[in-house]
Amino acid sequence: MMNSFLMSVIVAVPDGGEPSFSIAKMMAIIVSAIFINNYVLSRFLGICPFLGVSKQLDSAVGMGAAVVFVMVLATLGSWLVYHHLLVPHGMEYLRTITFIIIIASLVQLVEMILQKFSPALYDALGIFLPLITTNCAILGVAVLNIDDKFSLGYSLINSVAAGIGFTLALVLMAGLRERMETANVPEALKGLPLAFLIAGAMSIAFLGFAGLGG
Amino acid sequence: MSLAQDFSRGIMKENPVFKQALGMCPFLAVTTSVENALGMGAAATFVLVFSNFLVSLFRKVIPAKVRIPSYIVIIATFVTLVDLLMNAYLPALHSSLGIFIPLIVVNCIILGRAEGFANKNKVLPSIVDGIGMGLGFTLAMVIMATFREILGNGSWLGFNLLGEAYQNQPLLIAILAPGAFILMAFILGFFNIMEKRKRGGAK
Repeated sequence: MMNSFLMSVIVAVPDGGEPSFSIAKMMAIIVSAIFINNYVLSRFLGICPFLGVSKQLDSAVGMGAAVVFVMVLATLGSWLVYHHLLVPHGMEYLRTITFIIIIASLVQLVEMILQKFSPALYDALGIFLPLITTNCAILGVAVLNIDDKFSLGYSLINSVAAGIGFTLALVLMAGLRERMETANVPEALKGLPLAFLIAGAMSIAFLGFAGLGG
Repeated sequence: MSLAQDFSRGIMKENPVFKQALGMCPFLAVTTSVENALGMGAAATFVLVFSNFLVSLFRKVIPAKVRIPSYIVIIATFVTLVDLLMNAYLPALHSSLGIFIPLIVVNCIILGRAEGFANKNKVLPSIVDGIGMGLGFTLAMVIMATFREILGNGSWLGFNLLGEAYQNQPLLIAILAPGAFILMAFILGFFNIMEKRKRGGAK
């Protein structure tokens, strides 16, 4: 009983159409969010942490994990509030304000809960959490899920995949930058310009996935 | 500090994009054409000026502990205004900027100026600072968009510059994602060299 209720909530289509769920569409969403439309390398969301936290591999992994975590919670919160609070009352125009408040308070809440119950995890993710409020990938996922008219199930899948895509780009970038530390680079390109060049090369590589979606 | 200095600081000396590397997401994403760059610049400047104005006006009322959430709500209010106005009067531009309009909320330039300037300065300098920073952001985007639109589409602000033959076989990568990263690398490299020259000359 509970299960079928949950299932119906998850697959319900926002605009009132027939509930539907297909593995093919799920796979398409996952491949698209991780590779074809990678949130960092092709949609340009989350560039600030991508450039700022990609100097070391350890911190890149920590940041990635924190982003996946908050992204899923933010998607859940924003989707429910949008479709069950804003839409029924005709207040869709409050979307931006509502979402940013949801994200900011979620981040704060997660930080407090982690600090209290899991100090080890807090030590690992803690310093990244305040940065996440202004990570546009989080707000971006929340808004795109609404724009693409995804059901709650698809939205959650999309947000996990987007988070994995972000982590993938961040970890690859950190690995490359660690290696470039010792490389002999022209004086003018040292630092940020080099990071942009590497990102450009990675972005070209990710363009190669464009055919995958068919 | 005089108003003229407040105004000009954002445009050259502390240009938010080239000197502080802030606001990268919209900068890289919308500079595929000069028109988009101007639209985004206008929207961001509007939000920047009004949020600076309100933050500065209420700087003695807002308790320090909740100042960041308050700034975010103020900024989000003006972003919603811009979103609705653009949707009503410039629907084509609104749809080509797409998701980056609501994302002005998390543009670090705006929160940065609220926290770093409007928070501790009087109303008039804060407004002027907002205009200067907004113009600096717009200028940076137009420069970038000029390179990308000419290389990638052979045109500038929609005017055909390089002729049919080029437009049939443009350097497409310039308006694709990698082009943004690579061009940005060269622009920042150029600023690095200029900086070095200046410092070398001063010695």
